[in-house]
Amino acid sequence: MDWMQIVAALALIMFIIILFPRARYMLENSPKGSSSDWMSFLIPVIAIILFVMLLIQLV
Amino acid sequence: MDQDYSKTNQKSRARAQSGTETTNAQVIEINDGQSATINSARSRAGAGIEINKVLRNTYMLLSMTLLFSGLTASISMALNMPPMTYLISVIGGMVIAMFVLPRFANSPAGIGIVFLVTGLLGFGLGPMLSMYASLPNGGNIIMLALGGTGVIFMGLSAYVLATRKDFSFLGGFLMVGFLLVLVAAVANIFLQMPVMSLMISSVVILIMSGFILYDTSRIIHGGETNYILATIGLYMTIFNIFISLLQLLGIMGGDD
Repeated sequence: MDWMQIVAALALIMFIIILFPRARYMLENSPKGSSSDWMSFLIPVIAIILFVMLLIQLV
Repeated sequence: MDQDYSKTNQKSRARAQSGTETTNAQVIEINDGQSATINSARSRAGAGIEINKVLRNTYMLLSMTLLFSGLTASISMALNMPPMTYLISVIGGMVIAMFVLPRFANSPAGIGIVFLVTGLLGFGLGPMLSMYASLPNGGNIIMLALGGTGVIFMGLSAYVLATRKDFSFLGGFLMVGFLLVLVAAVANIFLQMPVMSLMISSVVILIMSGFILYDTSRIIHGGETNYILATIGLYMTIFNIFISLLQLLGIMGGDD
């Protein structure tokens, strides 16, 4: 393991520690989505999965 | 008779006048109601104009920062920078974006800091792009990743702008998902599993797509009124999608 991997791991751990309180706050304070809200999120997500699969086919 | 007529006329005129006064009072009341409605409509229109201004400024600054990143990436490629440039630039860019930018977000200096961050991140991309460009199919992979990122960003932005849907409910879900991906990325630094790299890149693309929906929805619903912070948020999502797409297409293209 070289020094770059150690630095990358330390940087990621630092970001996790910094982002953790924000993530907890957002999780507790975000409004709850209805089933139609989640459906409106799933539609573009499925479209993106299909699009990425198309890009992989094109490589 | 004439006197009677004139009295009747005076009475009717007086009635008419009093009726006019009543009507005037009603008109004033109606006008008060209308002016309240007009004021409310004006304030809504004002808020709408303000939101459109934030959106327009965000997209303008975003396009300029993307061009600037492309320029710094080209400089980095031309200078043949070593691979460690990516790590140093990303850490430097993230630290400035997280700790320095919020302090200057409401001042003109914030625009300079956005260019510093995006220029630094673009400069870090140079060695990675040089590595992919040296592959037999590298040029194709880079162009597909670039085009794919553009299509994903524009498609999702158009989806939010067309539906005007509020995606604020995604905030907690996306942040927790992002943290889990970071934990998996730390684990994979030690495990070095190509399948896990593939999975991480795929999940990052989906989470960043969610962030595009979330951030754009926040702008159009007035949740984000600072175009500098809105720009850096959207830039980070585009940057992460591009890197992940590059890795995904690189792995699937057989570079690993």
